[in-house]
Amino acid sequence: MRPDLPLFSSNRFSRNALALGAAAALCAGVLAACSSGSSSTNNNSSSSGNTSNSGSGKPIVVGASLSLTGDFSADGQAFQRGYNLWASDVNKNGGLLGRKVEIKVLNDASSPTQVVTNYQTLFASDHVDLAFGPFSSLLTGPSSAVAARYGYAFVEGAGGAPAVFNTPSNQADHNVFDVSLPIKDEMVPFVNWIQSLPAGQRPKTAAYPMANDPFADPPVQEAQSMLQALGVKTVYSNIFPAEVTAYKAPADQVAAKAPQIVVLGSTDVPTVAAFMQAFEQQHYTPKLFIAAAGPDQGAAFTSAVGKGNAAGMMVPNGWYPGFANAQSQAMVNEYVAKYGGSPSDVNADVAEAYAVGQVMAQAVTATKGTDNSKIISYLHSGVTLSSVQGPVKFDSLGENHAAAAFTFQWQDGGKAFNQVLPTGDTGSKTIIATKPAWTS
Amino acid sequence: MARQIYEAIVDGILTGGVYALMAVGLTLIFGVLDIINIAQGVLVILGAYLSYELSVRAGIDLFVGLLITVPAMFIIGVVIHWAFLRRLRGRERTSMTLLVTYAVALIVEGILYKVWGPNYVQLKASYVNSSVHVFGFYLPYIYIYGFILAVALIVALYTLLYRTRFGRSVRATMQDETAARLVGIDVNRVAALTFGVGVAVTAVGGMVYGATSGGFNPNSGYDLISRLLAIIILGGLGSIGGALAASIFMLTLESLVDIWSPNWAIVVFYGALVVVLVIRPTGFFGRQAVRAQ
Repeated sequence: MRPDLPLFSSNRFSRNALALGAAAALCAGVLAACSSGSSSTNNNSSSSGNTSNSGSGKPIVVGASLSLTGDFSADGQAFQRGYNLWASDVNKNGGLLGRKVEIKVLNDASSPTQVVTNYQTLFASDHVDLAFGPFSSLLTGPSSAVAARYGYAFVEGAGGAPAVFNTPSNQADHNVFDVSLPIKDEMVPFVNWIQSLPAGQRPKTAAYPMANDPFADPPVQEAQSMLQALGVKTVYSNIFPAEVTAYKAPADQVAAKAPQIVVLGSTDVPTVAAFMQAFEQQHYTPKLFIAAAGPDQGAAFTSAVGKGNAAGMMVPNGWYPGFANAQSQAMVNEYVAKYGGSPSDVNADVAEAYAVGQVMAQAVTATKGTDNSKIISYLHSGVTLSSVQGPVKFDSLGENHAAAAFTFQWQDGGKAFNQVLPTGDTGSKTIIATKPAWTS
Repeated sequence: MARQIYEAIVDGILTGGVYALMAVGLTLIFGVLDIINIAQGVLVILGAYLSYELSVRAGIDLFVGLLITVPAMFIIGVVIHWAFLRRLRGRERTSMTLLVTYAVALIVEGILYKVWGPNYVQLKASYVNSSVHVFGFYLPYIYIYGFILAVALIVALYTLLYRTRFGRSVRATMQDETAARLVGIDVNRVAALTFGVGVAVTAVGGMVYGATSGGFNPNSGYDLISRLLAIIILGGLGSIGGALAASIFMLTLESLVDIWSPNWAIVVFYGALVVVLVIRPTGFFGRQAVRAQ
């Protein structure tokens, strides 16, 4: 009998090691499931380090926690660029109330627990003057409660899930302000367009795979209930874990059902890319394919999936690089000049972050200071503010109901990202009503 | 429903091959060195990035590129062992390796962010998104190739360990390190080379993972490590064949549960680990099973 693997001698192998390994696997699994960013590096401040309190002549320090590593790192770093771009513009024009603006960013590694710690640090230890939100509804919910406790106005651009506004802290303190489009209704233009089609041309079947995320599910569930009311039969509706390792099986199941419409509750590019890849491997092309997030990521999306495959992919949003808004165009030009690429490469996250800064700046200017209670009152006063994403007007819970919902589509073989819905809007292009076949 | 079940089984087997490619290095390193290499997931991603770079910059086919990435990862593995692990001694060594390899993971992740940034990339080739029609199923070529590679790699590792002088040194070192030293085996060199081999095979897993996932970025390794650890424990720590068997078992089980509830699939994945360990604490091919041979 020869010794075989496992190659342990009895004195080397120990039950302790097995137990340690099992514990490590289970802990890692639990951590991965509960906290995608638990593997974060230490916090990093990207500011020059001035964390002084407000005072005449001293910089206004704005604190934010962003996902510079972890699952949301692509979005988090795009957000950081947006915040920095805004601060740079403000400082070029003399600052806010004559004071320079500094952005102090702590890395939350995409972790809902780390983001809470970060804001506690920013508020209780660093005593920042103002607070900007993190990326994603998943992180905005828990961190907004910290902001409420410390009395900060929490202006954010990527926390549009209903769960963010319905937190007890926001219900009590009304301190959350989302400058972007409320996500629940963002697919309504798409459904309205389906409804506008002659009955004979309307798709008959639809699938609704959804990543387990507060951002991804509400718009898809809303679209599902509306499409069902129109007689579109649901052939698949399931929530799957928001982990890249878990996408293939649900994607294959959707492909097997071959629905005419796929409404994907995605959180990022890999989610959409995994579904697209599985569909192509299964020789299935949906007639219409709309995803909650991913196709709005500009070059980050097309470089992952290929321009040819991007053609026909749709995504709802409140902003796009070609948005006919002077402030937006200026920001896009500035971004391209600073970071390179072309306008269609500019990530929507950049505009969301930039708009956060703009809204806060208008509130600070109007209240003539950084008193957060005055800022909260001002933002709830019914005033309409301007931003690169268009008008901003908050309701009592901080949702921006002045934001317009658009649907965008990759067209011209994946080279152009065009607004296609609502039809008839300025700059709206004709929708590609049947997604072109995969091109790999 | 029957078709869905068949499809899930085929999916599980093919995906299991991909996971085996990523897990085999991990189990080899633990089996030989008692090192729980938490950096394995990040090293998989490093392997994927090396394949990406060769493919995008030099136009080298993903499989041909392995001729470069495997030796490169071997060198990286030897360097990591030399720099971080060779000095670890004593009773707490295994638990210390958890911390040290976690630190290695953070360092490698930081370098990946610096070099490639946070945006997701995907490996592309003509066979990545295409498939062959067999018995009514579309089987993606990349998964088929990945499965074949997994089997070939396991055969190659067995050959290395049982048909070469180096393999004999490795096995001797594991059975009794002191005795191995006494007969003239350079134990430190064997350890470094073994770690290098364990990391080298990760290049293969990284390439296939990079081509089969929807995209990867420097952080993607953390989604993998928990699954890989579960697989090697279930297969029997140190068992190379066990890694393949466990991969197929876990991924097939997950794929089947996925038909009814994707959210429960991941619970069942880790639940299966607990159940199997309660019934058979050494995993599928653990030490007791070997002794019975």
